[in-house]
Amino acid sequence: MIRAKGFGWRHAGRRAWAVRGLDLRVERGERVLLLGPSGAGKSTLLAAFAGLLAADSGVREGTVEVDGRVGIVFQDPETQIVMARAGDDVAFGLENHAVPPAEIWPRVDEALARVGFPYGRDRSTAALSGGEQQRLALAGALALRPDVLLLDEPTANLDPAGADLVRGALREALDPGTAVVLVEHRVAEALPLVDRVVVLEPGGGIRADGPPDEVFAAHGAGLAADGVWVPGHPVEPRRACAPPGEGLLAAERATIRDRLAAVDLLVRAGESLAILGPNGTGKSTLALLLGGLLRPDGGRIAATPALAGPDAATPPHRWRAPALARRIGSVFQDPEHQFVTSTVYDELALGPRRTGLPDEAIRSTVDELLERLRLARLAGANPYTLSGGEARRLSVATALAAAPALLVLDEPTFGQDRRTWVELVDLLAGLRDEGRGIVTVTHDPAFVEALADRTVRL
Amino acid sequence: MKAVLARRNPVAKVAAALVFTVALVTTLDPVPPAVAIAIELALAPLFGVGYRALARRAWPLLVAAAGVAVTMVLFAAERTGDTVFQAGPVAVTTSVLGGALGLALRVVAIALPGVLVFASTDPTDLADALVQNVRAPYRFAIGALAAVRLVPLLGQEWQLLRLARRARGVDAGRNPVAAARIFVSTAFGLLVGAIRRGTRLAVAMDARGFDRGGSRSQARTQRFQTADAALIIGALSLAAAVLFAGVAT
Repeated sequence: MIRAKGFGWRHAGRRAWAVRGLDLRVERGERVLLLGPSGAGKSTLLAAFAGLLAADSGVREGTVEVDGRVGIVFQDPETQIVMARAGDDVAFGLENHAVPPAEIWPRVDEALARVGFPYGRDRSTAALSGGEQQRLALAGALALRPDVLLLDEPTANLDPAGADLVRGALREALDPGTAVVLVEHRVAEALPLVDRVVVLEPGGGIRADGPPDEVFAAHGAGLAADGVWVPGHPVEPRRACAPPGEGLLAAERATIRDRLAAVDLLVRAGESLAILGPNGTGKSTLALLLGGLLRPDGGRIAATPALAGPDAATPPHRWRAPALARRIGSVFQDPEHQFVTSTVYDELALGPRRTGLPDEAIRSTVDELLERLRLARLAGANPYTLSGGEARRLSVATALAAAPALLVLDEPTFGQDRRTWVELVDLLAGLRDEGRGIVTVTHDPAFVEALADRTVRL
Repeated sequence: MKAVLARRNPVAKVAAALVFTVALVTTLDPVPPAVAIAIELALAPLFGVGYRALARRAWPLLVAAAGVAVTMVLFAAERTGDTVFQAGPVAVTTSVLGGALGLALRVVAIALPGVLVFASTDPTDLADALVQNVRAPYRFAIGALAAVRLVPLLGQEWQLLRLARRARGVDAGRNPVAAARIFVSTAFGLLVGAIRRGTRLAVAMDARGFDRGGSRSQARTQRFQTADAALIIGALSLAAAVLFAGVAT
């Protein structure tokens, strides 16, 4: 079905090849998991298979041939849905392929049924959860009856329940003859779907190719070190070495209309608190409240004198921004939301500069953070050009630059490879052991296992 | 069941609204726009738009019209007629009031049909009708439709970007220069996010054959019927009646 010979691709404006010297054959009905460290060119390769690499967007070497129709499902649910109604969205691809109108709706209904879509054709796509949107995107790809189905981390942006729904749909919905190429960080969850694993070597070629057991037996440790989530290589938990200190911040019946039911909790110094719960229960809203960024509609958020000194009498949402950043650091789900300058160095210097430190002290603070988060090489880069893992590390570093006593993080491990993940966990464990309070809103059971001293479920 | 005029072909609705409002541009007199507003309000239920819903959608329009009227009263060059009252240096005369009223009424009369049409038209239907009934290029119509779907996300994104700036310790306090700088940086963040999303959406659309070129089939049919032609002719007649009302008074 797919034949790549000596294939290579270099994106316009980049010096390094995203993929190079790649020879690969995928036969009819094969189910392939494509692995490799971040930056090994997995997504580029899928785009090449899907015919989405425009000739003017880079330099090509070798050949890629694909027989038959190709369907692809991407990572981000929001930007895959084209139409306002679910049925119209599935029909979109059929219209583009000039399928006769009389055949369109039966094929739409069939595709929706296959992926277990729980609503009718008229369901508004804006009202769907992430997992439902991904199932709809899958239906849109399957309605075209693809011979090759390409899946680019289709569950990376979903909560565990949504990811299960999508994997379930994948298990049920595929024709035996359809070849599948799946890119996925979370190998354990993907294994039931595949019968062959191909590992890309960063810089070019293939490191390993074969049945999952053999590949992981031979290359598991190396892959884990390179950041791939390999089954059987768990991460050691980082337990607190001292009991928690005094309270820093409390939510007392804090609530926001239509977004968050009343919550009581106390965040303490030297403790890592994880906030769990399904989508839609207001976890992110609670993170914004604890971060002093929203005013509660009811109840209150109260800082203790340990956190805010004399300002403890006023609620955090009324503090001036510089005072807030010195006390509570917030790390948003999307790192790019937090970038306000044009270089990585300036991002980190911003907080300390506002506290009026001398230049020398600022430089040493920033340099230390750059080293600690492996960003030194990127000090002059524009924050918007960083990779996902780099952007995440920078967003955490920016919150740390003002040395707050409390850190509030919203899904910090979302979509991260194993290497960045371990670094984050180590960093946060270190901060906790220095006596800071850590609050993390998360769906990630491994993160809770490794770092949470206490959990609150919404 | 949709209201009788809401059911009409979207292209016919847009055409009727255009025909009706173009007529109003040709007159400065306050009577025709007043008559036009009366007609528009009378027709609103036929578009399935209740008065409460109409008020909710049209209030920015009323604010704009009031703004226009106040500006006219303060700055109109020609101040003939009897002085109604004197507000400091501003002599408010009958001609000034008449002109201001006429302009404010025109703003409302011209914008209301658009509000009615878009409140009663599904964007998907409009895109379909543009492609099928007036042969608009589908890449434009469907592309715009997909892009419009992303617009509500921009509002949420703007709020998050603002909160994220506060979390970084950036706020303007009472300094307007700092406020402007923060506004620019927030807008830049919004733009970067919008371009990223737009690019991803375009790739996803092409992956489903949007860039195939050649023929494309239609899952949904929009028909242009006699009733749709009648709607446009009706709008033309009403426009003529409104202008006549202006001449007659």
